[in-house]
Amino acid sequence: MNLKNSGGTGAKDKLPENVTKGIKEFVNKNMVIILFSIICIISIKLSRLSGIFVTRELIARLARNLFLVISLIIPVIAGMGLNFGIVVGAMAGEIAIIFVTYWKIKGIAGFLLCVLLSTPLAIIFGIGTGKLLNKTKGQEMITSMILGFFANGLYQFVFLFLAGGIIPMHDPVLILNTGVGIKNTIDLKNGIASTLDNLLKLKLPAFLIIIAIIGALYYLHKISSFYFTKNYRRQDIEEKKSKNKKYAVTCALSAALCIWSLVIMNTKSKLNTIVVPVVTFLVIAALCVFNQLIMKTKIGQDFRAVGQDMDAAQISGINVDRTRVIAIVISTVLAAWGQLIFLQNLGTLNTYTSHEQVGTFAVAAILIGGASVSKATIGQAFAGTILFHILFTVSPQAGKNLFGDAQIGEFFRAFIAYGVIGISLGLHAWKKKNNTDSE
Amino acid sequence: MVNLKKAINNIGLPRLIISFFLISLLIVAAFLKLSVPKLISDTLVRTGMNGILVLSMLPGMVSGIGMNFGLPLGIICGLLGGMISMEMGLVGIKGFSVAMLISLPISIATGYIYGLLLNRVKGQEMMVATYTGFSVVYLFSIAWIILPFRNPEIAWTMGKGLRTTISVEKAYGRILDNFLAIKIGDLMIPTGLLLFFLLSCYLMWLFLRSKTGIEMKVAGSNPKFAATCGINVDRYRILGTILSNALGAIGIIVYSQSFGFYQLYQAPMMMGFVAVSAILIGGASGNKANISHVIIGTFLFQGVLTVSMPVVNGIVTEGNLSEVIRIIISNGIILYALTKGNGGGKNESQE
Repeated sequence: MNLKNSGGTGAKDKLPENVTKGIKEFVNKNMVIILFSIICIISIKLSRLSGIFVTRELIARLARNLFLVISLIIPVIAGMGLNFGIVVGAMAGEIAIIFVTYWKIKGIAGFLLCVLLSTPLAIIFGIGTGKLLNKTKGQEMITSMILGFFANGLYQFVFLFLAGGIIPMHDPVLILNTGVGIKNTIDLKNGIASTLDNLLKLKLPAFLIIIAIIGALYYLHKISSFYFTKNYRRQDIEEKKSKNKKYAVTCALSAALCIWSLVIMNTKSKLNTIVVPVVTFLVIAALCVFNQLIMKTKIGQDFRAVGQDMDAAQISGINVDRTRVIAIVISTVLAAWGQLIFLQNLGTLNTYTSHEQVGTFAVAAILIGGASVSKATIGQAFAGTILFHILFTVSPQAGKNLFGDAQIGEFFRAFIAYGVIGISLGLHAWKKKNNTDSE
Repeated sequence: MVNLKKAINNIGLPRLIISFFLISLLIVAAFLKLSVPKLISDTLVRTGMNGILVLSMLPGMVSGIGMNFGLPLGIICGLLGGMISMEMGLVGIKGFSVAMLISLPISIATGYIYGLLLNRVKGQEMMVATYTGFSVVYLFSIAWIILPFRNPEIAWTMGKGLRTTISVEKAYGRILDNFLAIKIGDLMIPTGLLLFFLLSCYLMWLFLRSKTGIEMKVAGSNPKFAATCGINVDRYRILGTILSNALGAIGIIVYSQSFGFYQLYQAPMMMGFVAVSAILIGGASGNKANISHVIIGTFLFQGVLTVSMPVVNGIVTEGNLSEVIRIIISNGIILYALTKGNGGGKNESQE
């Protein structure tokens, strides 16, 4: 929550000093988010769906998708663009699920086994993807996208024609009647469905209170550490003071959120009917921390160096190719886990189609959050996933109310997803071209 | 040994592999007691059907925009022309040519705009083209519902919008295929269709030898050199895009008259990839592409697709293995081309 607001509060601080400049800067920086926020608000109005319904859907979808979206960030930092190859990672996750379901291992043990199985697979796939992308420098995105299609072909071949035949599998629930090929849909109800989500569920207000308290304590700690530490340099003090203002605002907001949630909890508000899968969000939070921490290590610095200038990185003694492979391996492994989280939340595995749109949707989401081919942050991933999935939830109903046809809404959201990717890639290439022209 | 390697290099590894694959499929087909002449006539029909769509890749590659993954844009212009012609209730050769005449100005106009776009995104043409194509497909999915088509032949009688598949059987189904068709036993040669395809190829061949064509080639193969020669590179890239787009429009009309249906909504999405892989199988690479690559590539790729279906079904009855084979071959060949670093639209800074 705080991550999402950080851009906004920064600009608001400048308002009293120079209003017009502040607003302009804010709009310029957050153009895409503002545009999509407006589209989302209009669509919600048009859909006439209740706020409660949208919130409930949104929370479920955030739990489902955030992990996958965040898995895109590291390759972007390493200068490899948006990794459409997370489709391959998603397949690694699905392969693990198919076997764990086949062995009938249930509950959280089954889920953990999926994680355990999918990791080595994803590492192998990631190394392959990374090596391929090293051969196609400058065209990583199109290569990773086509690789996704190609891998989908191989995946279908293995599970439609080898499973049950060359790969010995016998199970009337899983295998088609002919004895060869996995069925189109696999029900995970008796397997790993909701195993992670169900570990701990809290009502939304209770969840918000915890978030608010943690947030408030964290920022209080930041503020107090300023007063307890001496020996700052003069310019540092100025900077710290302005930062402290921000912290104080966030603290106050958290406190307000906490009190508001407490009030809601004791009313009969329908917000109390929304439940939040806490552990899933904890896992996502852990991933965010991991992402931040890895950037402080040697390899993280290498990612950044390679992303900024491959030649310069090579000269300064970084093994560029190896660094790029590592970036893709991390992304692929995260995508595999992300797909596990996605599917345990969804409860059914569409054997041959679940992974198809993973890349497109994750990429569209992060781009709507304001990321670009060369820059992506966790905040953008959050904001983008929220906006994209609001649009996803409400657009069919909005289309139905506006044109009398729900299909139009569905087409519209697909148009938005593809269009935003096209426009964003186009703008990026255009900017880059203008830069090289002016040099 | 050296000679053998040279020969393989000359023919190109993908072309060689696919040729062997096709020949072995035909041999298996003969063993399975499938009618080989019939398979060959099917291949010929599908070669003619897809040929012009594959030909549309040529001007794009030659002019330097690379593989035109945005082919769905051209296809949609063609579909629009086809729909308007059907709406007017035209049949026979008249309906067929009016469809083309209507789609041409539309595809030229959109091709021009699309060309302007591609000039602004040099180095990332393929990615931008792919997503332009995808988003246009969905934009037109909306348009097919909203546009005021009324003819009950093409619109749903109940509800809004155009049908998903629209039969052209009554209007101009197989009008080219049956023109001067030759029949020898099981073997049927769709003369008209092949003539139309070869005529288009010949016209393209002539164009590429004209002054404009040669300048376009230079602009595509060496933009910097072309610029110093006073050739306006961007203009030729736009010309290439327009040609590609217009051929895509004509291509889908030819495709549909033979196929028997216009397919609307999401059908055009992946057609770009099929055309790209065909010309790559033919031996094209980067901005080195010519008519022979188009003809050989279309024949080999469509041959494998056509023959593999009954052969595979003769061995594995369940599932659509030939579709899986198509996905693997089609995307495999594109990946191969990309790793050879000549997928077209190369980053100039890397050279």
